[in-house]
Amino acid sequence: MSALAHVPTPSGPAAPAPPPRRGRHRLLPYLLLLPGAAWLFVFFAVPLLQLAAASLYDPSGSLSTGYALTWAFSNYPDALQAYWPQFARSFGYAGIALVLALLLGYPLAYAIAQKAGRWKNLLLVCVVAPMFTSFLVRTLAWKTILSDNGWFVGLLRDVHLLAPDGRLLATPFAVILGLTYNFLPFLVLPLYASLERLDHRLLEAAGDLYANPVQTFRRVTLPLSMPGLIAGTLLFFIPATGDYINAELLGTPNEYMIGNVIDSAFLVRLDYPQGAALSFLLMAAILAVVFGYLRRAGTEEVL
Amino acid sequence: MRTPPMPLTRRGLLTGTLSSAALLAAGGVLAGCGTKAATQTEEGCKSDDLSATEKKLAFANWPQYMDVDEKDESKRPTLDAFVARTGIQVTYTEDINDNNEFFGKVQNQLASCQSTDRDIIVLTDWMAARMIRLGWIQKLDPAKIPNVAANLLPSLLNRSFDPENRISIPWQSGLAGLAWNGNVTKEVRTVDELLTRPDLKGKVTALSEMRDTMGLLLQAGGHDPANFTAAQFDDALNKLKKAVDSGQIRRFTGNDYAPDLAKGDIAACIAWSGDVIQLSGEDEKVQFVAPESGVMLFSDNMMVPNKATHKGNAEALINHYYEPAVAAQLAAYVNYICPVKGAQAEMEKIDPELAANPLIFPDEALLRKSKVFMALDEKQEKEYESKFQQVIGA
Repeated sequence: MSALAHVPTPSGPAAPAPPPRRGRHRLLPYLLLLPGAAWLFVFFAVPLLQLAAASLYDPSGSLSTGYALTWAFSNYPDALQAYWPQFARSFGYAGIALVLALLLGYPLAYAIAQKAGRWKNLLLVCVVAPMFTSFLVRTLAWKTILSDNGWFVGLLRDVHLLAPDGRLLATPFAVILGLTYNFLPFLVLPLYASLERLDHRLLEAAGDLYANPVQTFRRVTLPLSMPGLIAGTLLFFIPATGDYINAELLGTPNEYMIGNVIDSAFLVRLDYPQGAALSFLLMAAILAVVFGYLRRAGTEEVL
Repeated sequence: MRTPPMPLTRRGLLTGTLSSAALLAAGGVLAGCGTKAATQTEEGCKSDDLSATEKKLAFANWPQYMDVDEKDESKRPTLDAFVARTGIQVTYTEDINDNNEFFGKVQNQLASCQSTDRDIIVLTDWMAARMIRLGWIQKLDPAKIPNVAANLLPSLLNRSFDPENRISIPWQSGLAGLAWNGNVTKEVRTVDELLTRPDLKGKVTALSEMRDTMGLLLQAGGHDPANFTAAQFDDALNKLKKAVDSGQIRRFTGNDYAPDLAKGDIAACIAWSGDVIQLSGEDEKVQFVAPESGVMLFSDNMMVPNKATHKGNAEALINHYYEPAVAAQLAAYVNYICPVKGAQAEMEKIDPELAANPLIFPDEALLRKSKVFMALDEKQEKEYESKFQQVIGA
């Protein structure tokens, strides 16, 4: 799995090299790692620990008095108690969006990888092209599409799928739709990469062995696309859970997710201990979900 | 014997990096005592004024808050006039989009008494009050800004966060009131109508700026936003909460309500006067209403932050913009309330219609109805803001 495992180290007993060369080669992987590790240290590990420290600050501190580190572990239960609905909503919305994205994305990736023929590259560009514009612009575009007086809502009202005064914007539906749309490419691309390598002869062999299409899919295609499926679902679910733009632009206060709360804790309310504690709770919750998922999916070597 | 090389794994690398950071942090950040107080004092954080030798000025402002030439967007007539008059080169940047966001951008520098590389910043009353409270703003010399004392609107004099009018000088002011779109609903006159009329359900927005939304609600409940008690605040907040829970209020917004109001997705909302003037220019059925109970008056204020090295030049610019003719020229473009007395007479020469617009030059009756939100200390600010944020869902 890891690319590092393939770094050639001439240390096998079969190929003993002269000592000076061997020493240099043994250091080589570490030297190659140095820039990346330094980057990780400065921009990930140090800020993370600072955030950890901030989450244990005395909650009665303020900008003008400063914050004292009092190991206030009570920040965690307090934050959870105040904002558990937003937590639950984040995971709920991201989960529903993931199911929708799988229903849309799997057939799409399969079609592009296996059936698109010479249209393959064009279709791939179509999947990636929206990413050339900003996330914000794409979400704002949905605001126009779902507008109360727009053609789409008008059509739904005309065919009575929506009550005459019904709306799509500012509902959970719009937020989940936004999440599904915005993160779909992250699911489709890894899936495509897996499905593209699928060997046709295996499918033929399954047919020769009297498997019907459903069985072929369950016993051959699906297991072989597992790596892409796992990578895709993780790349989709993790950012979708922490997202706050979709809830902010397409939802109402009743749809706010935990990202909105963290944003407001840091920028508006200036409650740094609570914001930091919520960030860590979110991280812990996502890690727990991801580890549980990977254990069940049986691919622990991803981490 | 030679030792086999340690196998490198991603997990090993992560734990290694994290644990070495933990060691470092344990020795430094964590064992230290959190963060220091962000408050600065005039004596503790002295700024030098190089204006005598450096004819430069860095001016940070909000987008579309400065007049531009109709034919050439890169020309800014009132600012160019200042450059021509004084020889001071102005670097004008539009990098303030949001009070909180800008605060986040400069707070580390100002808290540790470092330069922000900006000589004038423009921020709304409550944020100005916070920065003044933290001691981050330099006092101006009244002798160098005589136009301000002569021409500042009386209702903007001696505000509680700047009783001597020498730390924060209004750039433009505005009103927070109600707005409605005549294409989709009938007139909305009061805050109570906005919060309870059944035909508006789900088609109402309010501002996420606490002082504007709560100020209007306080006034609607018969309280004074310039002087209220915690119980009165809770009373007003309860009304807001009912409207949120019932689904009457659809969202809380910043400036972004404007396109939704124009489209009719929102029928009525709490709005800022300047935005609504621009919308009515395009569609006259979109209208601003100053409810009988009262409106909120806010200003965006020019301030010179600590360690800015061109205070003298900044004072020259502030004085320039308090000349009625210059102020009128600016107001004719930005359409907010002009804080300069005498500009109305100058506006007659530019555009008589704008001179008669009460949302640019409010009359006595409107000014009497308009209130500035009470200055809050840090504890109150945190308490009220937290309560408000709970209701608006974040």
